[in-house]
Amino acid sequence: MPSAPQIRPTSFVPDDAGGGHWTLNFGPQHPATHTTLRLVLVLDGERIVKCTPDIGYLHSGFEKLGEHLDYNQYVVVTDRMNYISPIANNIAWHAACEKLFGIEITPRCKAVRTLCAELARIQDHLLCVGAMALDLGALTAFLYGFNEREYIYDLFEELCGARFTVSYTRVGGAIADLPPGWTDKALDFCHNRLVTTLKDLEDLLVRNRIFIERTKGIGVISHDDAINWSLTGPIARASGVRFDLRKDEPYLCYADDWDGNGAPAVKFKVPIAHGGDVFSRFIVRIEEMRQSVSIIEQVIDMLPDGPINVLPKENFTLPDKREIYFSIEGLIHHFEKIMTNRGFRPPIGEAYAANETANGELGFYLASDGQNAPYRARCRPPSFMNYQVFPELIEGHQISDVVAVLGSLNVIAAELDR
Amino acid sequence: MATDDAVRALQERFGDLRIEARPLCTHLDGRESDQFWVRIPADRLLDVLLFLRDDPRTRFEQLADLTCIDYLNFPDAEDRFGVIYSLLSHTHHHRLWIKVFVNDPDPQVPSVCSIYKGANWPEREVFDMFGIRFSDHPDLRRILSPDDFEDHPLRKDYPLRGKGEREAFDVVHRDSA
Repeated sequence: MPSAPQIRPTSFVPDDAGGGHWTLNFGPQHPATHTTLRLVLVLDGERIVKCTPDIGYLHSGFEKLGEHLDYNQYVVVTDRMNYISPIANNIAWHAACEKLFGIEITPRCKAVRTLCAELARIQDHLLCVGAMALDLGALTAFLYGFNEREYIYDLFEELCGARFTVSYTRVGGAIADLPPGWTDKALDFCHNRLVTTLKDLEDLLVRNRIFIERTKGIGVISHDDAINWSLTGPIARASGVRFDLRKDEPYLCYADDWDGNGAPAVKFKVPIAHGGDVFSRFIVRIEEMRQSVSIIEQVIDMLPDGPINVLPKENFTLPDKREIYFSIEGLIHHFEKIMTNRGFRPPIGEAYAANETANGELGFYLASDGQNAPYRARCRPPSFMNYQVFPELIEGHQISDVVAVLGSLNVIAAELDR
Repeated sequence: MATDDAVRALQERFGDLRIEARPLCTHLDGRESDQFWVRIPADRLLDVLLFLRDDPRTRFEQLADLTCIDYLNFPDAEDRFGVIYSLLSHTHHHRLWIKVFVNDPDPQVPSVCSIYKGANWPEREVFDMFGIRFSDHPDLRRILSPDDFEDHPLRKDYPLRGKGEREAFDVVHRDSA
């Protein structure tokens, strides 16, 4: 087994073998890596000759844990994958569980999950766009973006009690229904806060000469390469790849007839750019946030009434807390679900479900041997697939472009390493 | 079944492999999942994937995911490791799962990096977590665990809390450092 470390230690002396090249260690603790990433750069002056990413600093065995936690317990672990937009991970995880169990969730639950998924997309893009500008020296844009994220946290706090690690969804439904007045607050946020912030962000950056010169033509990847390198999400769409799971494999409210009574799919456009560079990714993300606002408006407009969880007789969901405390049937039902020798009865088999999250395709591949916990809980993390292209993008560029390209890929190390 | 045409094309081209599409899951009420997988022997994997990528009826341009399952205690499993290639077609919007089964003592699969560049890190991850070697991989090193780590943590015979690696480090005290 090859076990000798091939990544060489940092040396600030000229590299004899490389003909006057220098080796520079970038990270793992560096403000522009956002979390713990390490790059080993071989430099010719300021030009990057070779780049070797070294990941795994945040590896904490999430997939192994998934084999020992049941289908509801694992949702708290998914929060910690892409912690920038945790609720999107919850939704993707339970989409896979429900695919395995063969459950069809209620129309109201679909609408609420769509709302949350779009808020998560806005939340993620605001940070990504802001942080990329921050790394290029534009602190104001970062603060504008981060400020709005606080309002989204407020919305999530009202929804489920937690601001950051929300763990909102459950098998067959969610932990709670929307509180009264929540939709008005969400609309108010979209109309009165977010739209103006997006305009501010664009005014600050889109015609900013420094920003343009540092992002246009940097880190270019072509259409065919983007597909071949398994890129998804805004990064692929910035290279002209016309693919969005919300349109091409529709789920939740993105599919026609999602409520069973002929409700139309939400209407939105999928922004595509053809530059394939850092600037294109920025533009695509800004426009996606606008489309998300439009989706949120439409979903709130046609939000159906009814229960948020599938019916108790289907025996997938935990009963309401009032039933547990005040009726013996509710109590029995509750114990049937949470006791380790009872719990869920999934079929023996496998299932894959993928959602379009802010960074791309977030999929879970579940295998079940009929027990309470999954046999295998594979997460297909968008960051991991997107980041592997980084060495190819950065070679030949200046060292100052590293942070621009890193920011545009929006690598979340917790999701990268799991 | 959305992948019908793709499977038929595959059966025509590789008649000797007796390819059969099976649903990933049969639900408890007897319904079958709309996702399908086919079994491919390891030595024909590259031919099959190249065909699937380039044939106009299949056009699986993207490797959406590459992972592995250790079927050690799985009911009715015959082989130990199943390497799973999740293929996605942007042209036809369909998916197909390819499974290659390998066994101890030397689980080995050809690397598909020459066909899908995006297989590079996922293959390294499977090597790291399951100990499956990918022949002709350009850079087969551990990716998530440290280089000097010896086990493969996602194998079913590796305990959840590890084999004591975390306690085995030498403690460096202030006086001796």
